[in-house]
Amino acid sequence: MSVRRLAAEQPESFAFSKESEKKVKFWLNKYPEERRASAVIPLLWIAQKQDNWVSEPAMREIAARCDMPYIRVYEVATFYTMFNLAPTGKHLIQVCGTTPCWLRGADDLKAVCEKKIGRKGRDHVSDDGKLAWEEVECLGACANAPMVQISNTEGDLYYEDLTADALEQMIDDLAADKPVKAGPVSGRKASEPTQAKVSVLTDESLYDGSRAKPIKLPNTEPAEG
Amino acid sequence: MTDNMRTIIIDGEEVTVPNDYNLLQASEAAGREIPRFCYHERLSVAGNCRMCLVELVGAPKPVASCAFLVRDMRGGPNGEPPEMRTLSPLVKKAREGVMEFLLINHPLDCPICDQGGECDLQDQSMAYGRSGSRYAENKRAVEDKNMGPLIKTIMTRCIQCTRCVRFATEIAGVPELGAIGRGEDMEITTYLEQSMTSELSGNVIDLCPVGALTSKPYAFNARPWELNKTETIDVMDALGSNIRVDARMGGVLRIMPRIHDDVNEEWISDKTRFVWDGLNRQRLDRPYARQNGKLAPVGWDDALSVAAEKLSGDASKIGVIGGDLNDVEGLYAAKELFESLGVTSLDCRQDGSKAGGGAREGYLFNSTIKGIDEADAILIVGSNPRLEAPVLNARIRQRWLTGQCEVGVIGEAVDLTYDFDHVGTGPADLAGLAKKRSGFIKALKAAEKPMIILGSGALAREDGAQVLRAAGELADKIGAVKDGWNGFNVLHTAASRVGALDLGFLPGEGGRDTAGILAGATSGEVETVVLLGADEIDMDALGEAFVIYVGHHGDKGAQRADLILPSAAYTEKNGLYVNTEGRVQMGQRAVFPKGEAKEDWAIFRALSARLNKTLGYDDLNALRAKLIGEIESFGQIDHAPGSVSAATFKPAELGEAGDVSDAPFAATIEDFYLTNPVARASKTMAECSALVADARAELQAAE
Repeated sequence: MSVRRLAAEQPESFAFSKESEKKVKFWLNKYPEERRASAVIPLLWIAQKQDNWVSEPAMREIAARCDMPYIRVYEVATFYTMFNLAPTGKHLIQVCGTTPCWLRGADDLKAVCEKKIGRKGRDHVSDDGKLAWEEVECLGACANAPMVQISNTEGDLYYEDLTADALEQMIDDLAADKPVKAGPVSGRKASEPTQAKVSVLTDESLYDGSRAKPIKLPNTEPAEG
Repeated sequence: MTDNMRTIIIDGEEVTVPNDYNLLQASEAAGREIPRFCYHERLSVAGNCRMCLVELVGAPKPVASCAFLVRDMRGGPNGEPPEMRTLSPLVKKAREGVMEFLLINHPLDCPICDQGGECDLQDQSMAYGRSGSRYAENKRAVEDKNMGPLIKTIMTRCIQCTRCVRFATEIAGVPELGAIGRGEDMEITTYLEQSMTSELSGNVIDLCPVGALTSKPYAFNARPWELNKTETIDVMDALGSNIRVDARMGGVLRIMPRIHDDVNEEWISDKTRFVWDGLNRQRLDRPYARQNGKLAPVGWDDALSVAAEKLSGDASKIGVIGGDLNDVEGLYAAKELFESLGVTSLDCRQDGSKAGGGAREGYLFNSTIKGIDEADAILIVGSNPRLEAPVLNARIRQRWLTGQCEVGVIGEAVDLTYDFDHVGTGPADLAGLAKKRSGFIKALKAAEKPMIILGSGALAREDGAQVLRAAGELADKIGAVKDGWNGFNVLHTAASRVGALDLGFLPGEGGRDTAGILAGATSGEVETVVLLGADEIDMDALGEAFVIYVGHHGDKGAQRADLILPSAAYTEKNGLYVNTEGRVQMGQRAVFPKGEAKEDWAIFRALSARLNKTLGYDDLNALRAKLIGEIESFGQIDHAPGSVSAATFKPAELGEAGDVSDAPFAATIEDFYLTNPVARASKTMAECSALVADARAELQAAE
């Protein structure tokens, strides 16, 4: 974590787009009129997805929507590290560096990012303004390690089973505005087994209980067998 | 033992405490002192400093005593009362651990810190701190934040207790402070470092347990142990806040609140707190007389001779106007002297208020300030309590926050820090309210303890007497005055007003009131005008009259004066003040008057000898004895009459019958920070005033 401050340069104003407005309405409708403050995190996220970052005018706009003081929105926005308080790359590559990914080669991915984009950090954007990267903690896709999440105004999608070459290709595609397919790049479906035969799961004995070992329950007679 | 009491064991000792106490309060009831930083009696419980840890027998870990209720304690398996320990080794170790964590990032700058000597962290580290640090890493440093001209911030010292954030949000009602960031990087700031827009902002200085928020004007002035502390009464508004004046070598260096639950709890307004630099500027320290159009210093002897000569003429051509900051003794001596001379044109209401005369209840805040805590509907008429009495406004807000009280306003719709029903703008709305069937009148009628607060904006106008009648009739109609409750209230703005009204410092038979004196002076019918620290009148209206100014600051009155008799300011004399509730409070001298200045009563005593009307007392005690002998209420120190006489009080007979005008109630306080001569002499107040003016201009530009 680092000290989170507002960007020095801020836009004059902020307005929700037509699509964002629909989402804002959806979220505000979820809560009672006097509890509109509950929608502050969704609204900040909607603003971020619209502009790629949360500007100070956006916070004021959200404060007005949620009927809460500016400082309360400011507190929330600076607390959660997912909110970008300054503009970042069009695509923010979030490389998981936690143990499973690290064991499966996250260091190679980081080296690729460093080579292609430069030093890590949301504040460091590639020259064309399209890319930035950072290291994040476990994103919960350990079965498909190593992986990255690419965050942009379209959404936040996982790119899994990566290799250095695959990521390099992906970065080139993103820079060239070519579509990049989300999911495991290895071609397997979701997190199905890769090297083992799929047929092992068809073995009947897996399911009929015959493989279970007898267990000893506490405070009972010793199990037989 | 009632249902809401519970017997618990604290350190082996059985005590019976209310169920809704937290463990910290219970321990204090048992005589145990619990260290704390974030907990404060008048704020919500945050429980984030962890300094108040105690051992709860049966609990796996120490618990924060501020956030654990007696109700939630569990007894022993055989019905034994629940037990807690505050002195056990576990507690000591836990607190030492917490203290060590707090000190990890706290700078060791006590020698240059203004909080030194009165710092909670310093004191408690004496009890729980280690002698050395085990922390070799770099300390965290935090950028200082701008919080305006009153509050100096050294944010590295902050231990994130969030007392200031809770005060701003809950008491002051200006949610502008917050904690941004998280974890080690959490910082306290205002939104984008703007100044706090509260009239109570200075209280965060007292609340801050460390030296993160300190007083900017007082910075590096003195150490607490060097100061002479005098407990006295504030005169910046009619609340009579209890204050402590800290002085060194004849100069007042700061003003702090004293706890008085019935008056100001423990808050004071920024004007009360920071006005002290005005006490050292623009002072009248010797008599002056106008010679050849210019004020020239003269001796007391000459000055008194001139005054005696001017006052020995036709008494009907003399007018006396009392000011806002006077003590009762000075006004009493003046009244006795002028009445013995036959002067009937006396008035203490320089704002032209029509309050006074008639029943005492007719000009008091009868519900008492504490009574606000019980009120269930409050109608504010022609008043902006946020500016006229900020501490009282905070009390109304506290009541409003409970959700058991509705507030209505007749007058200007301004931000009072709470929501209100804007019932109307002028006296016609007040007079017509009783006939209404729906709206706020329903809340007033349904209320068990309704309050009507009549401000100076409602009374200081041509039809003030009629407005008073209208308000009295409304109070009568809604049953605001009944046995045990008097809901008719007048909120004054001048500290001296109620005392002067009690004295009867009002026009006598055929006498002129303030407007009459000014009109007479303009036309030449009044030849001599005595101003007792009265600066809020239109000085141009004094015309050719000879003006004797008895006061302590070189303000508008002194500039116009032909003769200046210097007197003592409120910190420089022992005096009685009666607050808006009718509570008589005794002020004490903190420092001596400047130069040759004398106390007001002594000036009139000396003058009386020159006029051969010698007043019958030679010292303050004799004066007070005579005063209390004449008017009993002055002897009842710290007593607010409240609803004692509600049964005989007839609000519907107040004021005068007649039609009210259509003109809306106007604000009486243009600039909160510059309402009196002391405040106008203060640099700090001028800065605050400029800041507010800038903010207002910006707002207008934006619109």
